Amino acid sequence: MLVIKGLKAKVEDKQILNGIDLEIRSGEVHAIMGPNGSGKSTLAHVLSGRPGYEITGGEVTLDGKDLLSLSPEDRARAGVFLAFQYPVEIPGVNNTYFLKAALNAVRKSKGEEELDAMDFLELVKAKLKPLKMDEAMLQRAVNEGFSGGEKKKNEILQMAVLEPKLGILDETDSGLDIDALKVVADGVNALRSKNRSFLVVTHYQRLLDYIVPDQVHVLAKGKIIKTGGKELALELEEKGYGWLTGEKEEAKR
Amino acid sequence: MKAKTQEEPVEKVTSEEYKYGFVTDIEADSAPAGLNEDIIRFISHKKKEPQFLLNWRLKAYGQWLKMKTPEWAFVQYPPIDYQDIVYYSAPKAGPKSLAEVDPEVLKTFEKLGVPMEERAMLAGVAVDAVFDSVSVGTTFKKKLGEMGVIFCSFSEAVQEHPELIEQYLGSVVPYNDNFYATLNSAVFTDGSFCYIPKGVRCPMELSTYFRINAAKTGQFERTLLIADEGAYVSYLEGCTAPMRDENQLHAAVVELVAMKNAEIKYSTVQNWYPGDKEGKGGIYNFVTKRGACRGENSKISWTQVETGSAITWKYPSCILQGDNSVGEFYSVAVVNNMQQADTGTKMIHLGKNTKSTIVSKGISAGKGQNTYRGLVRIQPAAENAHNFTQCDSLLMGDKCGAHTVPYIEVKNNSAKVGHEASTSKIGEDQIFYCQQRGLSKEDAVNLIVNGFCKEVFRKLPMEFAVEAQKLLSVSLEGSVG
Repeated sequence: MLVIKGLKAKVEDKQILNGIDLEIRSGEVHAIMGPNGSGKSTLAHVLSGRPGYEITGGEVTLDGKDLLSLSPEDRARAGVFLAFQYPVEIPGVNNTYFLKAALNAVRKSKGEEELDAMDFLELVKAKLKPLKMDEAMLQRAVNEGFSGGEKKKNEILQMAVLEPKLGILDETDSGLDIDALKVVADGVNALRSKNRSFLVVTHYQRLLDYIVPDQVHVLAKGKIIKTGGKELALELEEKGYGWLTGEKEEAKR
Repeated sequence: MKAKTQEEPVEKVTSEEYKYGFVTDIEADSAPAGLNEDIIRFISHKKKEPQFLLNWRLKAYGQWLKMKTPEWAFVQYPPIDYQDIVYYSAPKAGPKSLAEVDPEVLKTFEKLGVPMEERAMLAGVAVDAVFDSVSVGTTFKKKLGEMGVIFCSFSEAVQEHPELIEQYLGSVVPYNDNFYATLNSAVFTDGSFCYIPKGVRCPMELSTYFRINAAKTGQFERTLLIADEGAYVSYLEGCTAPMRDENQLHAAVVELVAMKNAEIKYSTVQNWYPGDKEGKGGIYNFVTKRGACRGENSKISWTQVETGSAITWKYPSCILQGDNSVGEFYSVAVVNNMQQADTGTKMIHLGKNTKSTIVSKGISAGKGQNTYRGLVRIQPAAENAHNFTQCDSLLMGDKCGAHTVPYIEVKNNSAKVGHEASTSKIGEDQIFYCQQRGLSKEDAVNLIVNGFCKEVFRKLPMEFAVEAQKLLSVSLEGSVG
């Protein structure tokens, strides 16, 4: 599904990604872990097309289609969804209205019929339940005045409505207490299917207790330095990142 | 060819003669350019006005001669030659069909979703070519007439209800109020008149739209609206379709009077031609709008969406005379390219327990300059007056400007006055967030801007609000990225 080959990117003059190779097949969940500043979030941003990054090499394809040449909205329409680490507030814009506009933009691009307000409301209410979200949240402005937990739940709700092919979770666990973390993880797990893949970017292992990955990759200095199964996350939890980054330095010598 | 060149000097002499003391031909359809007492008499005569109105005009003219152009507003424009303006001319024939209308204008209609049957009228196609819009107006008029509501052109009102005109004209905006209002008082040619009798709740939104069919109002428009005791009216002015006009200067006056327990809701969407990207050719819109809450418990609410004009100079105000009266001002002002807007309101609290609310949303894009200028004055007798003001500015790009100039004068200690202001830049992260959900950049900007203006749009009548949203997106097209 998602194939990343030799991806390099920089911000201003700073090289952040130094050649990432990664393949995620349909239905798989991959976790990206790594110390602060290793380039985890940059990878998430570059895949979703956030402005401010310069691609200096490599390629990315989704179902064989070149992603990097697409605008952010076309990537979204092609099925890339980024759950933001810091969801953005849009004052005065009704949450339901926003979500409906987004869904209809995606549907339109696929040549599907747009949903009217009634049908949409029915759909969104159904998606709301498993997330234990209050219906009143639908009537509030997008993320405005939401608590940290509410914001993250709102991201998952959007993902549930938009039904992407690839869900990228950027530090979704940050700022969540354990109860909210469980709800969010349950929401993600409910969306797992053989046609949908996930890239879970996280600093801590605890999220991966709930969203169990098929593979774990360790990112350091813009490169994947180790790949393993879910046990790798536990090992990292125990030993920290030092032994890996150290190991890499030794190998270089 | 020869004959023509020989005629030229003759023409030149005759036209030059105009400048130096001519006598206006009463039977002519148009007055020559320039302003003097003769011209005013000519206008008044053409409109078959009663003597009191001519006297009033002349008084205003005399006053105007002594006045200076106001220079305190944060707008810049070359001096206006008032002797170069034609103050009275018969309506010109418009294009004969839509095929003759500027394709740019038609494109904008398309974007705004203006219904097909309205496009011709808005583009100024001759009325008789527009099917049935006049008869629609007539039907409404009949219904209103049954309830005692008077809604007609100003000229008509002068003929049919001179006593009301004499009683109320200039009672809110006196003839000597300010430079532009005084000029208007001297030379206004037409406008709207509306009277809602005691206890009548006007059953429909009144719109200038129906009346514009009948008469082009010209550049000096005069509107007078009176809601008698316990009456209610919602009045819509302007329309979202781009209005082109050959006259660069527009100096309108609007006067509202609300008697005891009456309520007036006055909504405006202004989309005059703003000029090209360099600001050439745009309309100067210098308007005086004021409402008097004369009676107890009366209420006047101004809602405006200003997207057009090269220069906007406009401060819809409320004089809160009656005890417990309420004044409101909700405004969205957009400037793009070279547009300049200096707009706001005045809330003058005279009565006890009077309340005013001001919500101003300024959006600046391109090289536009947007100024909010507002006055809240609590007079000594105004016990327990309340005011709340909120002024928000949204900047798009880094070449535009937003300015806030609030004046607060409190002469009674029991007053509660609150002012909140914010300035923000439309966020790259907001736009990206929307794009990541599948919305195009343009849709993202529209969404964010409409969210910013929501409190004001909510005050507009439903249909108007939908149109205003579309208008905003057209006005700001291409202003980001």
